[in-house]
Amino acid sequence: MIKYCMTYLCAALAIMTLMFSEVTAQTKPLRIEITQGVVEPMPFAAPVFVAENTAARKYAQELTAVLAADLVGTGLFREIPNAAHISKVTNFNAPVQFADWKAINAQALITGAVSVSGNKLIVKFRLFDVFAQTALGDGLQFVATTNSMRRMSHKVADAVYSRLTGETGYFDSRVVYIAEEGPKNNRQKRLALMDYDGANVRYLTDASSIVLSPRFSPNAREIIYTSYETGSPRVFLMNVDTLKRRILGDQPAMAFAPRFSPDGTKVVMSLSERGNADIFMVEVATGQKKRLTSSPAIDTAPSFSPDGSKIVFESDRSGGQQIYVMSVKGGSAKRISSGSGRYGTPVWSPRGDMIAFTKLNKGRFHIGVMRTDGSREKLLTASFLDEGPTWSPNGRVLMFFRETAGANGAPSIYSVDITGRNLRKVKTPTFGSDPAWSKLLK
Amino acid sequence: MIHNFVKISAVVICAIGLSACGQKTPGAYGKLGDVIGAKPGDVSDPTSLAYFQQTIGDRVLFTVNESTLGQDAIDVLDGQANWLIQNTQYVVTVEGHADEQGTREYNLALGARRASAVQNYLVSRGIADNRVNTLTYGKERPIEICSTEVCWSQNRRAVTVVNTNLGS
Repeated sequence: MIKYCMTYLCAALAIMTLMFSEVTAQTKPLRIEITQGVVEPMPFAAPVFVAENTAARKYAQELTAVLAADLVGTGLFREIPNAAHISKVTNFNAPVQFADWKAINAQALITGAVSVSGNKLIVKFRLFDVFAQTALGDGLQFVATTNSMRRMSHKVADAVYSRLTGETGYFDSRVVYIAEEGPKNNRQKRLALMDYDGANVRYLTDASSIVLSPRFSPNAREIIYTSYETGSPRVFLMNVDTLKRRILGDQPAMAFAPRFSPDGTKVVMSLSERGNADIFMVEVATGQKKRLTSSPAIDTAPSFSPDGSKIVFESDRSGGQQIYVMSVKGGSAKRISSGSGRYGTPVWSPRGDMIAFTKLNKGRFHIGVMRTDGSREKLLTASFLDEGPTWSPNGRVLMFFRETAGANGAPSIYSVDITGRNLRKVKTPTFGSDPAWSKLLK
Repeated sequence: MIHNFVKISAVVICAIGLSACGQKTPGAYGKLGDVIGAKPGDVSDPTSLAYFQQTIGDRVLFTVNESTLGQDAIDVLDGQANWLIQNTQYVVTVEGHADEQGTREYNLALGARRASAVQNYLVSRGIADNRVNTLTYGKERPIEICSTEVCWSQNRRAVTVVNTNLGS
């Protein structure tokens, strides 16, 4: 449904651009280019969605607030608060009073209505370009059960984001991470799931075993992670709904750093035998294992390219940790990192164009991105310990964790745009580390 | 029978509270000593775990990102090997660790490499391969928690843990 609308939208935007350049030469088209980083966020108004029946009243406020928070959280948009609104929207189908929205400089206007029928929540919305006095794309309607309210907000926000940036959104997505509690020398770790914005946290394991570096399967129904449940590190596969878990395949040695292939049929991971970590590929269905590297060095942190043809990984075969790319069949690998310092935890962008990494240089940690050939390295963050980037579904934002120094040091999850702007802490109930972002949910 | 019981008890106590074994508390151990004429489990008993841990030393330290054994480490490991040759009933697990100044997965691999370096050395000194297991904790189990080299140097370690589960 969203896909259809986007196709339509491109045409609409094209027409709009033309219109703007002819009619109001000094007004830019209502579109944000997020590749350059946005210094001045686009002002928008999102009046509280109209509750079309009594049962819908309790949802309208929060539903609108969540979608506004999604947009504001990107750093690309600024909300004009309800108190400043001149017009009040009380009827979803009434004509928009563009002059009233223009007067408060709202460039985009989001109107909506919500109704409840049984346990179903029905949400409608429209997006307007206030200055052009025109709708941006068709109105959309989402129907889901009432307990999916936040997801519906995220879907509306994804549609708005998509129409205003030309990119797919990332709000209707989840993050699996490690919830941490307790002092630094007795840290308790649990596998946890949350919405991308930190809401709806759910714990998937108790703190009885160390758990590390979870990652989603492509459909986000399964999680692959490292656990000390058997006494030594092993890679487990867990179903998110049933919480049933199993060791993936035959792991005679210590196993860690797992990651799914783009089609979900394979997992790459490190197996450490006699102190030597190499990369292996394991078939999810059969557990059949294939060796991909055989250097005496540490080879770890493998990540597939989105087309499934290549694997990026880190190795200290040249001395310190550096980033290498090899064919999915294994064989020779080409080093792509070349700056000073060490490079680890490479992750291929879902768009295929970039690799995010952790860089250690002169006692500081950075999250950075580079092209897949290693060129155009750009560091986005710097701190005592920043580690483990994970890509948003649209490849425009990274999440990672930042650990503070000292005896009371603890990790928190952050996000940052690949432009380096909009560094934000993701609020979690406990300390958090090792985030991994899902694709957009279906 | 009593002798055996005392010996087993001492081992169990060691397993529960290593620090308690390390402290010479006459009240607790004086009576056992009177019965068997020595102080089993005490640090002065060369067959005790306390002796292994404190007198010989149960751990070796490493420099940043390295897994090579320095002379200090080799001296400790020679002592461990001799003890294991004398006390054949035990198997050990060598636990490799890293400091916090590294990425999680690399540190897991590094901990495994350090544990393996110790394992290889003990085996080279005549300890049977199947008596030395390895495990890595990466940076997951620091013992010192400050964020300076003073602490990091203590955390870059491989600890030889004597497995007491097998009993005698």
